[in-house]
Amino acid sequence: MGAEEKGTFKLKVGLAQMLKGGVIMDVVTPEHAKIAEEAGAVAVMALERVPADIRAQGGVARMSDPELILKIMDTVSIPVMAKARIGHFVEAQILEALGIDYIDESEVLTPADEEHHINKHVFKVPFVCGCRNLGEALRRIGEGAAMIRTKGEAGTGDVVEAVRHARRVLGDIRKLQNLPEEEVMAFAKELGAPYELLLETRKLGRLPVVNFAAGGIATPADAALMMQLGVDGVFVGSGIFKSGDPAKRAAAIVKATTHYNDPKILAEISRNLGEPMVGRQVSDIPEDKLIADRGW
Amino acid sequence: MEIGVLALQGSFHEHQSILEKLGAQVVQVRLPHDLDGLDGLIIPGGESTTIGKLAVDFGLLEPLQHFGKEHAIWGTCAGSIFLSKDAHRQQPLLGLMDIQVERNAFGRQVDSFEIDLEIPVLQSVSNKKPIFHSIFIRAPLIEKVGKNVEILAKLPNEKVVAARQGRLLATSFHPELTEDTRFHQYFLEVVQ
Repeated sequence: MGAEEKGTFKLKVGLAQMLKGGVIMDVVTPEHAKIAEEAGAVAVMALERVPADIRAQGGVARMSDPELILKIMDTVSIPVMAKARIGHFVEAQILEALGIDYIDESEVLTPADEEHHINKHVFKVPFVCGCRNLGEALRRIGEGAAMIRTKGEAGTGDVVEAVRHARRVLGDIRKLQNLPEEEVMAFAKELGAPYELLLETRKLGRLPVVNFAAGGIATPADAALMMQLGVDGVFVGSGIFKSGDPAKRAAAIVKATTHYNDPKILAEISRNLGEPMVGRQVSDIPEDKLIADRGW
Repeated sequence: MEIGVLALQGSFHEHQSILEKLGAQVVQVRLPHDLDGLDGLIIPGGESTTIGKLAVDFGLLEPLQHFGKEHAIWGTCAGSIFLSKDAHRQQPLLGLMDIQVERNAFGRQVDSFEIDLEIPVLQSVSNKKPIFHSIFIRAPLIEKVGKNVEILAKLPNEKVVAARQGRLLATSFHPELTEDTRFHQYFLEVVQ
């Protein structure tokens, strides 16, 4: 019998593997967190404002008040995640000190560094990061991210960007698998991806870590769409608590993520969910207001 | 041999790929009729509250209880909680195994750990020394076992982390996250 080891990459990726096929929900109060848990969420993301409000209110968006995060951690038995600003390693240190289960180094908050992300290898707590393509995903994994999600366009209720990013990541992987090995280095250069991780991805035929969809998912059909495209699970931000009947919609999105390949069940659970969140078409948003462009 | 993996949520693909490597036919179970004709079932790791809720919503609770009375079932982590009769809180449980578990017994994610454990029953499938690399993620502990329950593995501090009752198996850790197939081979022996 050996000694026990903690904070290993295996354990970081392992927790994400336990979240697969599940829905991670943004919550801003302990009451929301309870509703999310009862609806079947696999984890909650504790934050002060959902992305739709961050978008509407503007200003600098920062890590949430630790008091709120601790209250949410006390309320639910499922894992609790929280967001740190891109590059803000002290916010990440604080979240780790709180005992948070996962840190989202998130473009939804205002970036603290416009060139560098957090060195995630030096933390015991695992990180999830957003991406728009394979190069960005592998750069984040190279920095130590143990889970990847598409960026989508947070706070819009428009799924188009999540679809674009998922197709790009998965499409790049399909392309990679068809390349002879001698062409992988040039592809690494083109993508800006670490070569070794690209080789590993080619061998596995998928990202070396769990890959969720996020950004604009608002209905059970949106969640099932992302699952059918090939992601491992979904994050739902504003889509639940900005809708008419959050508890009902949350439960329906959970069911849709499990039964994503069964249109009869999807039809049944999509009935009578009340008002969805009021969406905002991504193509109407000026380019300098797009959140997905944050991250390097 | 046809083995089901409960595919409501969690690490079911990981279990599936090991079972397929061992030559078993694997069926993903999401609805009651998926259990028809199966020889055994694995309930994977994941979130026990999510798995329990989906099992209730899609009418799986009773069919699973019925299945477990006649067939082998193995629950890993969340699956072991779901098999238990008591998890100290209100959540749907199958109550098939006479064990009491404590959820998140080691703390939060930063307290998750890996450790080599001695698991003597693995000698039945391999001549290798029965040391198994065990991965505990926000893991439960098996606090109490009934008199018909055999203890398969303990931590160095004597806490129980694997148990068997007839053809039912519970492990607090995740053999599906390793390359080591011995625990799955042992389960297939239990199925036969």
